[in-house]
Amino acid sequence: MKKVLSLNPWLFLSALLVLLFMTNISLGSVQIPLKDTVSILFGGIPENPVWKDILIDFRLTKALTCVFAGGALALGGLLMQTLFRNPLAGPDVLGLSSGASLAVALLVMAGTFATPLLSGPFSIAIAASLGSALIFIVVLGVANRIKDNTSLLLIGLMIGAATSSLVSILQFTSRSEDQHYFLVWTFGSMGGLNWQEIYMLGIIFLFGLILSLLLSKSLNAWLLGDNYAQALGIRIQRARILIIISTSVLAGSVTAFCGPIAFVGLAVPHLARLVINTTNHKILVPGTVLTGAAVMLLCDTAAQLPGSSLVLPINAITSLIGAPVVIWVIVRSKKVRV
Amino acid sequence: MKQLDHQLPNELLRTDSLAIGYRTGSTQNTLLENLNLIVRKGELICFMGPNGIGKSTLIRTLAGLQSSISGRVFTHQQDLKPGIEKSISLVLTDRITAVNMTVQELVTYGRYPYLDWNLKLTAEDNNIIQQAIAQTHIENLAQKKLYELSDGQMQMAMIARALAQDTPVLLLDEPTAHLDLNNRVEIMNLLRNLAHHSGKGILVATHELDLALQTADTIWLTGKNKNILTGIPEDLVLNGSFDDIFQFKGFDLKTGKVFHEAWRGISIALIGEGYEYLWTKNALERNGFLTDMKANFVVQVSHEGNPLTWEFQGQVYHSLQQLLVALSS
Repeated sequence: MKKVLSLNPWLFLSALLVLLFMTNISLGSVQIPLKDTVSILFGGIPENPVWKDILIDFRLTKALTCVFAGGALALGGLLMQTLFRNPLAGPDVLGLSSGASLAVALLVMAGTFATPLLSGPFSIAIAASLGSALIFIVVLGVANRIKDNTSLLLIGLMIGAATSSLVSILQFTSRSEDQHYFLVWTFGSMGGLNWQEIYMLGIIFLFGLILSLLLSKSLNAWLLGDNYAQALGIRIQRARILIIISTSVLAGSVTAFCGPIAFVGLAVPHLARLVINTTNHKILVPGTVLTGAAVMLLCDTAAQLPGSSLVLPINAITSLIGAPVVIWVIVRSKKVRV
Repeated sequence: MKQLDHQLPNELLRTDSLAIGYRTGSTQNTLLENLNLIVRKGELICFMGPNGIGKSTLIRTLAGLQSSISGRVFTHQQDLKPGIEKSISLVLTDRITAVNMTVQELVTYGRYPYLDWNLKLTAEDNNIIQQAIAQTHIENLAQKKLYELSDGQMQMAMIARALAQDTPVLLLDEPTAHLDLNNRVEIMNLLRNLAHHSGKGILVATHELDLALQTADTIWLTGKNKNILTGIPEDLVLNGSFDDIFQFKGFDLKTGKVFHEAWRGISIALIGEGYEYLWTKNALERNGFLTDMKANFVVQVSHEGNPLTWEFQGQVYHSLQQLLVALSS
């Protein structure tokens, strides 16, 4: 693929991210002038004190959630594409999001009978990560028996579908308040996280990012196949487990807090490769994270339908943007490559 | 892999009663056993045998990718730090699916055993990478993506990657499969030169009998009793080991030719010299004639002047094709 941008890709991505971040927090049903927005961010007192609450507790939390969730999902997608050496792998495609959904559903169900302790952000994140990891290991176990890419994706879809149906059964048998909560949750939402939850998401995101950067060498060697990676001194069992942990935690926690977000994990790594044309994960990992954050901010901004008070489900927007991207990538390069 | 204490200085790799194969559950399938093999410095070894006999398995076992059934492999370690990746580099038959990288990036992988997580290349690393690219004559391909390469170029890039790993031993599993004759010769020549000039021990599993016989210093030949015969090519040809293993059908290894039946029952005395003589003989035998100096029909290859001519019963022919038409009637 030819380089589409002649200017420095890092400069481009960073500028784009800042621009989208500012746009995202400037828009909303209440008009806040840009200079007040900036001054509030730097600790100033605005004309109208309500603006500060709106900005800090609603818009800023939402924008930060977008950055962390977008970055985390995109990174999870990149890790999976490398691990499976399959350009069409992603947390939602191979059922990780469904696994997290199932875990969260079980937790909420249990929470209605048990103590409220279970529904804290920490336990939700852990449960969702475990749910993702469980599905991941099942898919990987099957993948080791089947080398064919297409079959693997179909199996991933089937496992995802089976898990989703378990979630549906749980929903069906649960109380009507919970049902409504589930329904809203499956639409996906970047809003609604409190600061405590955002810290949690941010820490998990940083954990995944740092772990992935430390795994750059293993991830690169992974592209050559198990045998070559091993012959280059990579301890592939250990690397595989660390990649699984990293991906499950990233995808699981985002799913727990924001709902199952479609297409970001699958499509963003390809967009990142367009901007930064390399197979080196030391560059690809930060590039994918920046692109993921930018794409998520864009989707969220679009979901707010600037100029109207209506807010669309974020999943509708990510699918609208993500699906054409995937089709375009496949058609354009005929063979999609990791 | 342990370092061999009383190792001769020119031995790079040695096996001690090695048995290789697969274990699945409680059943064990031994492919080759009682292997006491040595790879020496500066030696090109061609490893030959029928398909499915365990050539790839032996290479994988020697490289530590697969555990042996019994016995041991000793490597000569230059570095004190343990790690077979600094002793043995590999070119396998595995296809590279990540073809969106450049040749340069692929060759850089060879330095991975010497790099930490940060993947920072030193000036020496870069030197070794450039040298590996130069040794395989792929300087003009360095910035190309892998999907742009032909099969032969890809194989050269894989060999460059292995060279960049800078190991005393190089193991290659059928590096010339699916390549045309020109590429096959180029790769075998390259490997022979590398062995002789840089002192590496190079083991090549191959099916190219003719090339192996002409380039290898040593042949490893899988035998009938799950063992491996070793020796220089000529000895193994003359003592019939090759005929025994391969059960040639219509190929005479000692002359290096396909066996022709003299179905015409006509003998021809051929007079001439040099390669012109050899190719004329080839044409006659391929068409069912027997060449015999005492025969009544005489064909003379004329070396005078250019182009070549052939004389038969006073007639002069300007191509072998014309001559064959005349002989057939």
